[in-house]
Amino acid sequence: MRDKTSFWIIFVFLAPALSAIFFFFIVPVISAFLISFTDFDIYTLGDFRRLRFIGFENYIKLFQDELFYKALVNTFYFVLVGGPLSILVSLSTALLLNSQLTKFKKVFRTIYFLPVVTTIVAVAIVWRYLYHPRFGYLNYILSLFGINPVDWLGDPVYAMPAIIILAVWKNFGYNMILFIAGLQNIPSELYEAAELDGASSWFKFKSITLPLLAPTTFFTSIMTMIGYFQLFAEPYVMTQGGPLNSTLSIVLYMYQEGFRWWNISYSVSIAFVLFVIILIGTIIQFRYEKRIHY
Amino acid sequence: MRKLILTSLILIFVFNACRKNDEMELTFWAMGVEGENVSKLIPQFEKQYNIKVKVQQIPWTAAHEKLITAFVSETLPDVFQLGNTWIPEFVALNAIDQLDTLIEKSQINLDDYFSGILESNKLNGALYGIPWYVDTRVLYYRKDLLAEVGWKFPPKSWRELYECSKQIKSLTGNYAIYFPTNEWIPLILFALQNKAELLKQNYTEPAFTDSPFVNAFEFLSKFYKEKLSPSNITEVTNVYQAFEEAYIAMYITGPWNISEFKKRLSKDAQKFWMTAPLPSPDDDYPGVSLAGGASLVINKSSKKKNLALKLIEFLSQPDIQIKFYQLVGSLPSRKSAWNDSIFVNDFHLKAFRFQLEKTQAMPKLAEWENIMISKIQKYVEEVATGRMSVIEACNKLNSETSILLKKRKYLVEIGSL
Repeated sequence: MRDKTSFWIIFVFLAPALSAIFFFFIVPVISAFLISFTDFDIYTLGDFRRLRFIGFENYIKLFQDELFYKALVNTFYFVLVGGPLSILVSLSTALLLNSQLTKFKKVFRTIYFLPVVTTIVAVAIVWRYLYHPRFGYLNYILSLFGINPVDWLGDPVYAMPAIIILAVWKNFGYNMILFIAGLQNIPSELYEAAELDGASSWFKFKSITLPLLAPTTFFTSIMTMIGYFQLFAEPYVMTQGGPLNSTLSIVLYMYQEGFRWWNISYSVSIAFVLFVIILIGTIIQFRYEKRIHY
Repeated sequence: MRKLILTSLILIFVFNACRKNDEMELTFWAMGVEGENVSKLIPQFEKQYNIKVKVQQIPWTAAHEKLITAFVSETLPDVFQLGNTWIPEFVALNAIDQLDTLIEKSQINLDDYFSGILESNKLNGALYGIPWYVDTRVLYYRKDLLAEVGWKFPPKSWRELYECSKQIKSLTGNYAIYFPTNEWIPLILFALQNKAELLKQNYTEPAFTDSPFVNAFEFLSKFYKEKLSPSNITEVTNVYQAFEEAYIAMYITGPWNISEFKKRLSKDAQKFWMTAPLPSPDDDYPGVSLAGGASLVINKSSKKKNLALKLIEFLSQPDIQIKFYQLVGSLPSRKSAWNDSIFVNDFHLKAFRFQLEKTQAMPKLAEWENIMISKIQKYVEEVATGRMSVIEACNKLNSETSILLKKRKYLVEIGSL
């Protein structure tokens, strides 16, 4: 089979897809990488002779940029708090929906999945009302417990938690569906055997559900991490990165540098640093996964 | 076969017809409410000159991105509206055309424009935009509260502004004046009034540690420190309500707020509020204010520059500007339009007319917007909340800005700018 004709046949059939990948993925990525070593900016857009190769200067500048560190810290805050929280909420709702005691499963599943398919811009308008310091529903609930109103989006301390709550609410439905699928793949004989041995429901969860769900958990946590590192739409529509840059994420910073101030080369170098961070995060998770896999 | 020939002939005819039409068709982009309403004036122009105009409205929030993206993809319209602080950027991009020779042939009389505003449209001596409407900041104040503490006239100097504020604070126990901490405007106003250079050496070096700027910043910070102005944005969520409740008694803002104040303040409060030109650090009243507004510019690669000029000429006519004011409330850029009774009789507008004679353009470079929004604004907030001293803020502002200006400095040195 490994003769020349079959190679060309395979090539011809793959060519459309490969060329699409080549022109719309590989070429842009390589040119972006090259641009990150230049000072491509608004002056260059006007006149290409105003382009200089400046080596690693963008990256050096980046690591001296206070705002970049701020964005980095904010993004890690979001990933490390929002990510696990999102997985936890997804897993709990999946368990609830998978329980034999729950009625109207399909209805609830649809309701919980709804935020995933709604557009963030529409959702943001509603959530801005919920977060309103004086007329917001959230503060009304807090007031019932005697808690003073919180200026969710205006206070640098509460703005990121507000974004996390919104993001978790918006995204948990997707992972929930994956978890439900994972739960349904666990053979019921295992539970029956455990019940015969007199295992408590907590013990069953700890010793059967969690280990057998590990591949699903692994997949969702990687996807959530990658997605959450690219936090953009939520702060973009809710706070524009404010107040005091407390919700400025890396991607939002990249967008502002690139498309607001047109420091394209600088913004591209931010993108590559983010790529490296996500790569490292994924490698760490893969290492960890090998240890727990069954 | 005959059918095919016939259809192709028809097609050729149709395409040709389209092309012919195209030659007499202008594209025009305008932003926000102006974009929404300018199309009501266009039919008159189309009839008068037999030129079709396609108006496209762009929301302000997306305007900047959209214009630059359009420039990159070479789809900019023939004529478009540009905030006058954006002009240097579009000149750097080589996107807009010099108008001096075109204007000479037209009926546009540049002497009829406010000099500060016109200056903001010039770069290296060349004119790039024709002011369409103007915008500047004045002092809105509560007549009754000022009278109660013995001020028959609004403060005319910095010293008076400060003293008046202190007296109002001790009268009401609230705040006297509102300088939003998330805005660059109050600081830039004080700096310009204090004759601070902001940027020096052809805008390649920041001058934020020079004493005029530092003193202006100190003056502003005094209002935050002594609680004469709220130092937290969340304290005033609704300016109109705060004004009505005497939570604040003075506020520096622009012309659009005239209609807002009329609409949002209660009937009783209507007779209490008034506008005045800005106070000055010395005796030279009034102090300067921002030369704001929007201009009309012509795309450099447009093939219909003469038609484009006709449209600008039309929109610059005083009577059209008055109509435009009636539609959207944008102040006319032509001095002669201001002689109309509609402006003469409006006592809230008098301060604007007076202030417009004394405005100053901000530094004219592509990076200025970035410097104001991501640098100056940030340090105003840091100082207002008391996290940083004025000197610290000025030093940081200077070092961060000089990094931002590195490329410009290089381009100026090699003579490319």
